[in-house]
Amino acid sequence: MSSDIRFTDFKSDKQPTWCPGCGDFGTMNGMMKALAETGNDPDNTFVVAGIGCSGKIGTYMHSYALHGVHGRALPVGTGVKMARPDIEVMVAGGDGDGYSIGAGHFVHAVRRNVDMTYVVMDNRIYGLTKGQASPTSREDFETSTTPDGPKQPPVNPHALALASGATFIAQSFSSDALRHQEIIQKAVEHDGFGFVNVYSPCVTFNDVDTYDYFRDSLVDLKETDHDPTDRGDAKDVILDSEKEHQGVIYQNEESVPYHEQHGVDEDMSVIPDGAPEGATDLVREFY
Amino acid sequence: MAADFNWAVGGEAGDGIDSTGKIFAQALSRAGRHVFTSKDFASRIRGGYTAYKVRTSVDKVQSVVDRLDVLIALTPRTIEENLDELHEGSVIIYDGERTTMQDVEIPGEMTGIDVPLKRLAEEAGGAIMRNVVALGAACEVAEFPIENLDSALEKRFADKGQKLVDNNKEAARAGRSYVGEEYDHEFDYDLETTDEDYVLLNGDEAIGMGAIAAGCRFYAGYPITPATDVMTYLTGRIERYGGHVVQAEDELSAINMALGAARGGARSMTATSGPGIDLMTETFGLIATSETPLVICNVMRSGPSTGMPTKQEQGDLNQMLYGGHGEVPRFVLAPTTIDECFWKTVEAFNLAEKYQLPVYLTADLSMAVTEQTFSPDTFDMDAVEVDRGFVVDEADIDGHMSDSGGFQPHEITDDGVSPRAFPGTADGAHMSTGLEHDEQGRRTEDTEMRVAQVDKRNQKVETAREREDWSPREFGDADADTLVITWGSNEGALAEAVEMLDDEGLDVRVLSVPYVFPRPDLTDDVEAAENVVVVECNEQGQFADLVEHDVLARVDRVNKYNGVRFKADELAAEIKATLAEGAEA
Repeated sequence: MSSDIRFTDFKSDKQPTWCPGCGDFGTMNGMMKALAETGNDPDNTFVVAGIGCSGKIGTYMHSYALHGVHGRALPVGTGVKMARPDIEVMVAGGDGDGYSIGAGHFVHAVRRNVDMTYVVMDNRIYGLTKGQASPTSREDFETSTTPDGPKQPPVNPHALALASGATFIAQSFSSDALRHQEIIQKAVEHDGFGFVNVYSPCVTFNDVDTYDYFRDSLVDLKETDHDPTDRGDAKDVILDSEKEHQGVIYQNEESVPYHEQHGVDEDMSVIPDGAPEGATDLVREFY
Repeated sequence: MAADFNWAVGGEAGDGIDSTGKIFAQALSRAGRHVFTSKDFASRIRGGYTAYKVRTSVDKVQSVVDRLDVLIALTPRTIEENLDELHEGSVIIYDGERTTMQDVEIPGEMTGIDVPLKRLAEEAGGAIMRNVVALGAACEVAEFPIENLDSALEKRFADKGQKLVDNNKEAARAGRSYVGEEYDHEFDYDLETTDEDYVLLNGDEAIGMGAIAAGCRFYAGYPITPATDVMTYLTGRIERYGGHVVQAEDELSAINMALGAARGGARSMTATSGPGIDLMTETFGLIATSETPLVICNVMRSGPSTGMPTKQEQGDLNQMLYGGHGEVPRFVLAPTTIDECFWKTVEAFNLAEKYQLPVYLTADLSMAVTEQTFSPDTFDMDAVEVDRGFVVDEADIDGHMSDSGGFQPHEITDDGVSPRAFPGTADGAHMSTGLEHDEQGRRTEDTEMRVAQVDKRNQKVETAREREDWSPREFGDADADTLVITWGSNEGALAEAVEMLDDEGLDVRVLSVPYVFPRPDLTDDVEAAENVVVVECNEQGQFADLVEHDVLARVDRVNKYNGVRFKADELAAEIKATLAEGAEA
């Protein structure tokens, strides 16, 4: 780790093909800045990306990375971190990747509390496939596949996380660059699974959940008397369907990450060129 | 071969059949006798017939046969289920005081030994030991020194305290004495002991041990019969060697965790059965195209769908060869014996890393849950070699950078193998992706690069074909006109069937193939033979199809798909019948 790392070191030489004005630019910038601020460099960082507009982030960032199968980014990140506790792991995906096809993994990744950061770029729409309802779309949001709206409530990812025993739950807004970076940074520094849902507006297919909408409606928890260490406070914020919030909603300061719970602390990439010492004991057990 | 002895304990699932059988097998192994076990079981926690069978001899045994000499029957159904295997000299041990066994009829000329198992167990300290009383009775019938049973009981109950061990020993002696006193009868059996040391293990355990020996540090899996034993074996053991096991939320997650660990530089593995392979196939192309070394173990069971989850089949061959969209390079290894499960696992890890692709390691139910004795030297850990392939570190990464200074994990090379850099390696940062990519791993749809990358991935397979040994195992009569080909776990039964056929004057040459892809070219062997028979546990003859495809000739087929593995005597008869049909035609 070198101390003179700048966030631009995390930029690859590929120009993003996101639509001009896409929230994902800001989301990615905040991620890169948070990584640089926390003393990481591209060679000790592993970014896992899913599929969708958000999934392209692995291409636009420079680090060790895997751009995987739709919905399975969290299990990949889990495997990387368990094999390499010395590596900083950041997983990124969209609302479809995380809360639809990958929803099952989300619940269990939260429970496992592996020490990594999960950034969900939530635009409440499927952008890459040109505008279909996502699991976080509003009930009356009209799209090509839901002409009268989905007529089902959107997934509440924070509630899902809290119910699954999350140790860090946060919400940020890609356009509020400083706050977004600050919140991602807290998630990186958290000892355990740092979950940040990021409002990352789609300027092409979502004319409801726009920059203006979020700017006008977001309440910053920092400016309220919200106590993020209080699960009850967190529950109230999460179940408040009248307001949009940003900030750290919940953080368990006593969080014990998976690797400490399970004593997984070795760099598994290093192995001897023959059977490990004491392997013959395994044969004797069958006597 | 010296006379073999065939023994079984059977009852309801939940009767402790499995542990009772295992204790007896362990006792025989510790007495220096060879052992081969098999299980008839149902996929229920309680209820349903289940049996544990043991075949033993002072010589090597590697198959089951259709014969039963001593049967401990806890239920009437146990006798009914085994009528075909029982013979006039068979002895059936049962508890006539058990309500369901009161009216039981011992068929024909067989000898029934009525032992109050429960009552004697209660006197020794608890009814739960009734099966151990039966084991003591079996020792008396088979003239097997009870000290060997003591040794197995000590191993089994060591962590439960000396009192329990002593009670069990007493229960066993009660059973033995009862038979000695009540049945003044000379039985035909005399299980001699030897000074040989053996270890007793099943295929799943051999795979797990092979993984640790090969330096596997990470295992993620989701429980599924009959692959679960790989995971339970590794749990608590791999940690002693710096590794870790995760029980994932599903197979989709398991294989992606294993993939992540492999990208982190760990030797990584998952194991499952057919239904799990269906799910894992989603990620298979990504593993191959990102050139990630991964060992995927498929312990096959009877399909399709939920099929017969606790029954034998070799039906997933085509799934492993062809599963997944697009054209995906892969290797498929199929160890043919339990000891080869160990060595092929080691080989699978080396092949995966040398050629940076997914390797299927496939066993099947009958091998996975079958225990067999081996000399401990069979698993010589000093002979294990670890070859990690083309890995670059900070010192030698410079030679593998693009003009613009990016590391090239998919560098075009003559042999198709590119350098690998583990995370943490300075200047090695790169993305791996399921998208078609350039040498640096960046997305591309450039037509020339697409072709170059596809060719490069396929070149690895061609390179492996040339560099590695893909030979089949051969036995029987090398000059015989009849060639029998098989793959996977049928080898043991076939080896014994060949001996039986030899006794009848029929010479057979056998090729047992542990490599499904790449596989040996059998053209010369098939063309040199007059009759060719391919033996496998499936209906369609999936391996026979491959042989016909490779050789451009027709073969005869012996297939079995009723859920039960081949038995040596049955297989000898089937091969004979097939040859006779061919002669008539």
